[in-house]
Amino acid sequence: MKTGAKILIEALQREGVDTIFGYPGGSVLPIYDELYDSSIRHILVRHEQAAAHAADGYARASGRVGVCLATSGPGACNLVTGIATAYMDSVPVVALTGQVPTGMLGNDAFQESDITGITMPVTKHNYLVKNGADIGQVVREAFYIAGTGRPGPVLIDLPKDVTTNQMAGDGGDGGEVLLRGYQPTYRGHVRQIEKALALVGEAERPVIYAGGGVVHSNASAELLAFAERAAVPVTTTLMGLGSLPCDHPLNLGMLGMHGTAAANYAITESDLLLAVGVRFDDRVTGKLEAFAPNATIVHIDIDPAEIGKNKAVDVPIVGDVKTVLATMLERMQKHPQTEGWRNRVSGWKQRHPVTFPDDDHLRPQYVIRQLSDILKGEGIIVSEVGQNQMWTALHYCFRKPRTWLTSGGLGTMGYGFPAAIGAHFARPDMPVIDIAGDGSFQMNIQELGTVAQYDIPVKVFVLNNMFLGMVRQWQELFYDRRYSYTELPPVDFVGIAKAYGVDGIRVEEKDGVRPAIEAALAADGPFVLDFRIEREENVFPMAPAGAAINEMIGVHQE
Amino acid sequence: MKSHTLSLLVENQAGVLSRVAGMFSRRGFNIESLAVGTCEEPNMSRITIVVYGDDLQVEQVMKQANKLIEVVKVSDITQRESVARELALIKVVAETGTSRAEIMQIADIFRAQIVDVGTRTLVLQVVGDTKKIDALETLLRQYGITELVRTGKIAMLRGSKTVKSAK
Repeated sequence: MKTGAKILIEALQREGVDTIFGYPGGSVLPIYDELYDSSIRHILVRHEQAAAHAADGYARASGRVGVCLATSGPGACNLVTGIATAYMDSVPVVALTGQVPTGMLGNDAFQESDITGITMPVTKHNYLVKNGADIGQVVREAFYIAGTGRPGPVLIDLPKDVTTNQMAGDGGDGGEVLLRGYQPTYRGHVRQIEKALALVGEAERPVIYAGGGVVHSNASAELLAFAERAAVPVTTTLMGLGSLPCDHPLNLGMLGMHGTAAANYAITESDLLLAVGVRFDDRVTGKLEAFAPNATIVHIDIDPAEIGKNKAVDVPIVGDVKTVLATMLERMQKHPQTEGWRNRVSGWKQRHPVTFPDDDHLRPQYVIRQLSDILKGEGIIVSEVGQNQMWTALHYCFRKPRTWLTSGGLGTMGYGFPAAIGAHFARPDMPVIDIAGDGSFQMNIQELGTVAQYDIPVKVFVLNNMFLGMVRQWQELFYDRRYSYTELPPVDFVGIAKAYGVDGIRVEEKDGVRPAIEAALAADGPFVLDFRIEREENVFPMAPAGAAINEMIGVHQE
Repeated sequence: MKSHTLSLLVENQAGVLSRVAGMFSRRGFNIESLAVGTCEEPNMSRITIVVYGDDLQVEQVMKQANKLIEVVKVSDITQRESVARELALIKVVAETGTSRAEIMQIADIFRAQIVDVGTRTLVLQVVGDTKKIDALETLLRQYGITELVRTGKIAMLRGSKTVKSAK
């Protein structure tokens, strides 16, 4: 006889879970009692939202399923932002929540919330386990659903009696998963692939538009090989950064609202767009009718619902990006003649580089570039959301997939710090840096307690402008500089860090940037750098919301 | 823009209806009618949903429905040869002998059944497509309808074709 909690822990071990991020409470006491002498490591966060983001960061950095755990009611509700973040960016997470005993369900019991109902729109699937005998099977299915096809979060809600009660057997070992209603397509249709290849062979101005799907499917090598064989320039979305080395001659950088001029011009002028693991998000396309207006569009994605959702597609290919690209490489015979086009695109890159005023002032772009120069791609960069995120995307040189973790779809401020904690446990061999703003750092600043407790060597770089910078930028540009509630009073972040037992340095001069970064990276434990940057620095280039992406402001002219 | 009749084969799990209905409303679709019940396969249900939208929108919502783990098959049977039926119960005022006789005559023409006779009302049960029920309702309105209940539409392909196979 075993308790449901014991069966749960054994099922998690069968899935290879080594780390859980969580926060205890009444309804999960039986699970915590089993964790007490389990081989699974549990990281106690300071807020359940951080547990969900840490599981997400773990998953993005490793490619494995991340796991978080919270109690019923408020604990479960606090996971929701993190689950929604993972859902929007297709990140495999399994969230375990306690629930009131089955006999009290629906009675507004203490710390009861209908978390399966609440998370229905932000999970790939969820379960309320009413019978302990189902635990093994449910865990097996949850990990399978989370990690296959288009990945996403799955929640398992576990009433306290289900985890407390003793039962015979192992709760259904799961074994093979057979779900009639869930059979993702991995192989692309060969006729569609041939059609796409024929278009590639004939194209005069082809562009590859690659996104997060390339990272999820571990298809960077195939993408690089295909781009090189066909000699086609590549632009990546925010989520696709790192799938191609930043300094590769065919890489145009990021496209979209804060994309590079070269990327946005190339998209606008292209005659063939190969969309690979992307979803034509509004921050990428700008005005839809003006996005790749002259291009024939080939769209490769594992989720059929993404194809034709926002933009009509000429050649849809439903399948796993890695598998499809590999097939395309095998079958490619005719190469397009792209030399003239590549020269034109290179011309844009040279004339309109991403740059910034590199004067005596302490500017955020300088901080990012110094970090990039020091790490040379050997680190995991996590960001918050806003200007800090866009400066990092534009000025850091990403060289490998899974070294850039950011909340792209939901745009969750407060994501970065806890996600960085998760990333450390996935890749303890890599330095992990959270690039933050003073606004977003304060959304999950309590996690200083977690990094202090476990001595987690995450470095937080606060680009402190005492503003909610991105909103302020929009107010400057589109609301007549009326800075309505975007100014934040100065905070002594080093003082706060020290109070938690975390070391830090405040940097006020440009000269201090490099030594401070070196000191932070050299430190064994966590570290906070408080960069007092130019307060009204903007992110450029920028295509205003609703404009075509080639109608950018702030484009540098060489 | 037109009405589409979608037939869904789903696993009969707690919450599946809420998943399907929630997805439709979240994606901005108004469900015109919905009917759900068990079907020929054990542990499975069939849901018939009528939605209004253009072909692209309906294609998108069908793809989204297909992504739900418990949804096994989704078919738009609007364009295909199908039989579609609704059932309505209509409580109509019938206080005088004349109106009673007239209502029973109308019921006869529509092949509706009188399923309850009260001192002041009659309850008619009618089965048919949407138009037939609308027509009967219009005719009965002059007598005073005190209550009307309609099921959602249920539909099935004609001939040997079925909405079945795994997606």
